[in-house]
Amino acid sequence: MREETGTFFAETRREGDTAVIHLHGEINSLADAALAAAYEQAAHHHPAQIVLDFTAVDYINSTGIALIVGLLAKARTVHIPLTAVGLSEHYREIFTITRLSDFIQIR
Amino acid sequence: MITVKGFWQNFRGQKEAPVDSEKTAVLSSPPLPTNPAGDLQLNITPHEPLLTYVQHNPGIIDLDQLKLESPAITAMREAGVRLVVPLVSQGELIGLINIGPRRSEQEYSSDDFKLLADLATQAAPALRVAQLVRQQQLAAAERERIEQELKVARLIQQTLLPQSLPTLAEWSVSAYYRPARAVGGDFYDFIYFANGHIGFIVADVTDKGVPAALVMATTRTLLRSAAEQLEDPGAVLERTNSVLVQEIPPKMFVTCFYALLNPATGHLRYANAGHDVPYRYTAEGVVELRATGMPLGLMPGMAYEEKETTLAPGEYVLLYSDGLVEAHAPDREMFGFPRLQTLLAAHANGDTLNDFLLGELATFTGPGWEQEDDVTLVTLQREKIPEAGGGHSGSNQPIAFNVPSAPGNERQAMRRVAEVVGDLLPATRLEKLKTAVAEATMNAMEHGNQYNPDQPARLKVFLEETAVRVTITDAGGGAPVPKATAPDLDAKLAGEQSPRGWGLFLIQSMVDEMHVRQDEKQHTIELVMHLADKQET
Repeated sequence: MREETGTFFAETRREGDTAVIHLHGEINSLADAALAAAYEQAAHHHPAQIVLDFTAVDYINSTGIALIVGLLAKARTVHIPLTAVGLSEHYREIFTITRLSDFIQIR
Repeated sequence: MITVKGFWQNFRGQKEAPVDSEKTAVLSSPPLPTNPAGDLQLNITPHEPLLTYVQHNPGIIDLDQLKLESPAITAMREAGVRLVVPLVSQGELIGLINIGPRRSEQEYSSDDFKLLADLATQAAPALRVAQLVRQQQLAAAERERIEQELKVARLIQQTLLPQSLPTLAEWSVSAYYRPARAVGGDFYDFIYFANGHIGFIVADVTDKGVPAALVMATTRTLLRSAAEQLEDPGAVLERTNSVLVQEIPPKMFVTCFYALLNPATGHLRYANAGHDVPYRYTAEGVVELRATGMPLGLMPGMAYEEKETTLAPGEYVLLYSDGLVEAHAPDREMFGFPRLQTLLAAHANGDTLNDFLLGELATFTGPGWEQEDDVTLVTLQREKIPEAGGGHSGSNQPIAFNVPSAPGNERQAMRRVAEVVGDLLPATRLEKLKTAVAEATMNAMEHGNQYNPDQPARLKVFLEETAVRVTITDAGGGAPVPKATAPDLDAKLAGEQSPRGWGLFLIQSMVDEMHVRQDEKQHTIELVMHLADKQET
């Protein structure tokens, strides 16, 4: 399934008991609806975990960080662990500074 | 013998109240069975015969047997009071229990008297404790009210003082303000004009606390509005006075010095409404900037003399308030004008003048000085022209560009800054600077310029020997910028805080230095990356 808004789109795939959300483009305020829709699809069948794939993301701003915080909060209420893959060194550091890395496993 | 001090304290609500024959205590009792309509209100004067009687005859009083008359006793009888039981604690009368007739219509027995006496003995200390607690609470509430009022006064004053200093080529401006504990009415202000001129104000409102702070707020507004419409400093003070005199509470007034500087020429025009005369430091000596005029708000129809001068490079002007010159040493000697003038003559550098004077003040007053009044210092220094051929000026011309305020345009700012900075910064540090620039530009476009396309975010990139500096300016002056604090991720995840609010925190985490400057028109954030860190990453 593909959700698209503005300069961002997200595709959700199931791989066994894992749901993978492939993120593309810029995670800013325009990504809100598409990211939320992608999460709903990913969480729908209650996977063992959700993987966020940032490989094709070239920009995350503070609003994007807020969207990821919101998504993490939702996943925690239904006890689905989140994993992030494909983060650049720069955004790995931002995940550390913001302490998102305390709650999202980074691979 | 019983004293009645406690009784009076209780009804006056104050400590050690002198028994004053003019005043009466209103003693209120719940309704008696025979008088169910309302409370029994008794006016008891300090000369009440009943009190005198109680002082000399401890014990329960049967009003039917009592051979005394007074309005209070009559009122008690009319209300159906039969017995009066004095409550005595540690020899002091602290209250009276008034009792009506027995419901059985029989007379009170000796057992009843004994029971009532026991009750009074038990109740009196408890009542005394309750009274003391009440007094303590009232005293604490009063202290809190005074503290709260001081807080409000400080808050008003702090809100009205400029958030930043004028930044001018070839000039340096410094300001110092320290309120006294009681918070006086000092303030200073800078007014920026479209032609590049700047108005300097130092003023002092008589009185202290909230009233002074409110008059200060009014005066500041009047001065600003007059300065926007009129150019001549004398006319600005005249207009301000004519409006203020109608508004200001009686016995209050404002001393004020107003100067208008043309930074390009050093030309300074000024007028004075009864404020301490500022000093000008010159190579030939220290001179006073005198101009005559009455304080603002005293009398209508005042005119203000206007003078002018030109500050040469290396000269400075000190504006100040009486908190400095009227400070006292432990032996009651006053700091005074001659001392200030002598100190200035020996201090050529206006940049360090405020610290120098504060050091001298501290030495003069000695340790443990309770500051008597607000201390305000504003120094305006025209920089010396550097000697020809002597050294280099560190800052090159900046590369400046604008970004139209629209969502997503922060990417333009990132791209341009990255192009300008190039490989001056290692890739990882450039990424950090880009993120900080993006966040600051977003804030400027959204919060400062409200996404108004006619108000671009203005960026400047300074490539210096030791650092890259980026300034981002928007049109959002006025409102103070909140301090960057680490957002609480746990609270955000628990839904107790908005998931947003990362911008300033991110900026601060990304750069080596972040500075915020602001005046009433614009707001500038400066981001600095040191080049010395080049090798680290």
